[in-house]
Amino acid sequence: MAEMAVKKRRPKNLDLPTIRLPLPGILSIIHRISGAALFLLLPFLLWLLQSSLTSPESFAAARAVVGHPLAKIVLLGLIWFYMHHFCAGIRYLLLDLHKGVELEAARLSSKIVFAVSIALTLIIGAKVLW
Amino acid sequence: MVNRILVGAHYGLKDWIIQRATAVVMALYTLLFLVVVGAVGPDSFDAWRAVFAHGFMKFATFLFLVSVFYHAWIGIRDIWMDYVKPDGLRLLLMIATATVLVGYAGWAFQILWRI
Repeated sequence: MAEMAVKKRRPKNLDLPTIRLPLPGILSIIHRISGAALFLLLPFLLWLLQSSLTSPESFAAARAVVGHPLAKIVLLGLIWFYMHHFCAGIRYLLLDLHKGVELEAARLSSKIVFAVSIALTLIIGAKVLW
Repeated sequence: MVNRILVGAHYGLKDWIIQRATAVVMALYTLLFLVVVGAVGPDSFDAWRAVFAHGFMKFATFLFLVSVFYHAWIGIRDIWMDYVKPDGLRLLLMIATATVLVGYAGWAFQILWRI
């Protein structure tokens, strides 16, 4: 029962606008948002894969869709989401192995995740989309 | 008194491991894909199709996609469990998620083995 009383007195702050997320926290929420977005775009991506592999005509159609300026922006965002989820995921796997769990190391690795995922996005986007 | 817990994430450890195992499969495939596409540089239908017509690449791509779907199931289910409190709605969303993902797996198989 003593434990219960302690639990009840725990401070709670869920006033989201007043919470300043540190970089690893921003990384974490983008990891979740990017995962959800990638899930929602799965039918589009499967359609793209199917069209690109079915016939020369459907390949051309898929290429035309990908070439549309609006689709390029969506796909660039998608590539960034994928790369962020990929890099942040590798960081989480390392944290699971107790690599870089100290505060400084965890802050540094989240900076690296942002730098590497944005760099990869720009490189892949430049190669594939433009 | 039988103190059996009927709800809650008692299946957590299994899912925790699967989430990481599928992540490793997807990460390795991502590297494989970037290397293969980077090396082949497929810029025509025939060249692109040839990449996936190769037996190993076809199998690896299917393994990747199945990992994506299982990984997505655990991730999206966690999102529903975090933000959707009414049990009925949460169950509905979970069933819908699982259903589309199983459908996607069938679709992915059909895409790859029709090549």
